[in-house]
Amino acid sequence: MADPASFINWGLLALSPPGWGGVLLSGFVASIKIAVGGYAFGLALGIGGACGKLYGGPILRDLMECYTTIVRAVPELVLILLLYYAGTDALNHVLGLFGIGTVDIGGLAAGIFVIGIVQGAYSTEVLRGAIKAVPAGQIEAARAYGMSPFKVTTRITLPAMLPYAIPGLSNLWLIATKDTALLAVVGFSELTLMTRQAAGATKSYLLFFCAAGVLYLALTLVSDVFIRLIERRARRGFVEQS
Amino acid sequence: MKKTLNTIALTFALCIAAAGVASAEQVKVGFAAEPYPPFTSPDASGNWEGWEVEFQKAVCAEAKLDCVITPVAWDGIIPALTSKKIDMIIGSMSITEERLKTIDFSDKYYNTPTGVIGPKGEAFEATPEGIKGKTIGVQVSTVHQDYANKYFGENGATVKEYQTQDEANNDLAAGRIDAVQADAIALDAFLKSDQGKECCEMKGNVKDDPAILGAGVGIGIRKGEDDLKAKLNAAIKAIRENGSYETFSKKYFDFDIYGG
Amino acid sequence: MTEPATPDATTHAMAFTPEDLPTSDSFFKPHRIVLLLLAAALVFSIAWFMRWDWLPRYLPRLGQGILVTLAMLVSTSILGFLIAVPLGLVQVTGPWPLKALAKSFCTVIRGTPLLLQLWLLYYGLGSLFPQFPAIRQSFLWPYLRESWPYGVAALTISFAAYEGEVMRGAFAGVPAGELEAGRAYGMSRWTVFRRIWLPRAIHRALPTLNGETVLQLKATPLVATITVIDVYAVISKVRQDTFITYEPLLLLALIYMCLTAILVLAFRTLENRIPTRGA
Repeated sequence: MADPASFINWGLLALSPPGWGGVLLSGFVASIKIAVGGYAFGLALGIGGACGKLYGGPILRDLMECYTTIVRAVPELVLILLLYYAGTDALNHVLGLFGIGTVDIGGLAAGIFVIGIVQGAYSTEVLRGAIKAVPAGQIEAARAYGMSPFKVTTRITLPAMLPYAIPGLSNLWLIATKDTALLAVVGFSELTLMTRQAAGATKSYLLFFCAAGVLYLALTLVSDVFIRLIERRARRGFVEQS
Repeated sequence: MKKTLNTIALTFALCIAAAGVASAEQVKVGFAAEPYPPFTSPDASGNWEGWEVEFQKAVCAEAKLDCVITPVAWDGIIPALTSKKIDMIIGSMSITEERLKTIDFSDKYYNTPTGVIGPKGEAFEATPEGIKGKTIGVQVSTVHQDYANKYFGENGATVKEYQTQDEANNDLAAGRIDAVQADAIALDAFLKSDQGKECCEMKGNVKDDPAILGAGVGIGIRKGEDDLKAKLNAAIKAIRENGSYETFSKKYFDFDIYGG
Repeated sequence: MTEPATPDATTHAMAFTPEDLPTSDSFFKPHRIVLLLLAAALVFSIAWFMRWDWLPRYLPRLGQGILVTLAMLVSTSILGFLIAVPLGLVQVTGPWPLKALAKSFCTVIRGTPLLLQLWLLYYGLGSLFPQFPAIRQSFLWPYLRESWPYGVAALTISFAAYEGEVMRGAFAGVPAGELEAGRAYGMSRWTVFRRIWLPRAIHRALPTLNGETVLQLKATPLVATITVIDVYAVISKVRQDTFITYEPLLLLALIYMCLTAILVLAFRTLENRIPTRGA
């Protein structure tokens, strides 16, 4: 039993049964779907949240502050449990009040919702910081030219803030991909849970966890390449500061 | 910008609508998303197989329900039922007084004694005296957790609680704990596996305590759903009588799992 | 600087830090008083209408759970920081094999989920150990049987990788002139490191260190999945024993918010005690 070769049975990773590779890959696809959906949902929340925090009235601003404070002070795992059980329940209650009736928020939608709410708070903070980093003079100059507030936003604030926001936003994407693993705790069939099931059924724990690690790492590294390209484009015409 | 937002809103509305339509007639059957042979275990193509999967298919066919199997985390399976994420539990859940306070059950569909396993070559009995000073593993939110805490935990044993049965078995094989208490049928399946054959053996069944260990395993449903309950009870009775219960049970067991 | 991602900005976006603390006079604004009253009403209705009868029974265990969580946090942060300093340093000045090694360590750990690392250590490595009789008979076995060493190891490694990245930036960011000045005074390389480079780098890393520690606190509940009984595990037990879902989780969120607040206050006190040149 102590023979090292007996620990590794590569056949277990084959893509078609009896190998578990196909199961792992389907979990990987589920993870990516939730990460993309949750990130996009979070970004939409973040844009709203950042605008609310910067330009909203005092009450809206305080409510936004509560949202970001709670998400930043409570572990993601706890938030995910709370949102998964209570959040979807609450949403159904609200929909019930409007007479739409209950919806079935299971599987993918619940995962996206949960990751999105957490990501929303993070991107609110990133975007708020980025918008504040835009030199006030540029915005004042645009106003002086008689641009409407909407035009100021689309022509000056948004393009000028992007270089400041992209490093943070790309970090958030990497975090979103890793946070999907936490959904394993609520029994969601993403990569980490699939890995654990495969490992439990075959007793090859080390092999499957390493394989899943490689998949996550590959996702991170591929994302890194794209992030660099995007960053270079966003920073064009930007004075390099040291 | 505005267009994008509209698109996003529209997509969300569509998603919700689609989800609503799809769920109109389906009954979601929840069970623990973990290997629990011989009742439920994942196979290499991502499907679930085992005795309980076949039982569920037979019952749903008999009761004319459109069932979808929905794996959820075991420790949240009752909240998942009460918050309508699933509609019934077919997951080896024993009918106990404690659970009946929160949910309802159909009639029992199988019964199992409770056993304790331990490493080979270490002789001890499945009694409070035998387990004294040892670490015994159980799965959380099971009848075994309650039993082990009452009979072993309060008599000088350490009770270690695991999220899944599989983890408890694995830690026993790894020598991290000295014993595992669980359903004897599930433990038997573990002892027949390669890992179990090598390390462990049955130490015996524990003394019964029906108040804790319950009276058999039933289908968990929400309170007040009496129509569903009646349908399920009729279906269980029917498959017992028409022989299909026996047919698929034979593939897994050489005795009648329904019990007396 | 062509460094793509600034970790500080993201850490701040993810973790509650001292600059977010409210000041005492910020509460006395008309709309805030109304909001506070509404919040008080909400808290009251939560306390009054939801079920809290389970609480007294579990209080002692909750206390123990909080202590375990804090022990996990403190031990892994300190150990992780001790590993992070050399990790950051060799990435700035080390010979290339060490540099590459440290960099790939940070990339691999930061590129995979902590939950996966934890399970890899506990179920993967842990199930290998007993197959070697030498390990089983060694003095380490009683510890390797337990689950907390694996939790400590995983959390330490993760903290070291994230903080190693921060320390790399901090070491690189200390102005070269200060180090040259130290050399000019005839200090040895070690003395320059001990008296100038390290203290200046830690000082630069302190605001991020604070954020990273809050993130570490937010990562500790993961150890509950490998049977360490921390406060999260105690609350899980309440949920399983009583079938109540929301109340224990709300309490848990509150406990973590209090722990975060205490941590942040402690860091602010620490930061205020370190002298900085006034502008």
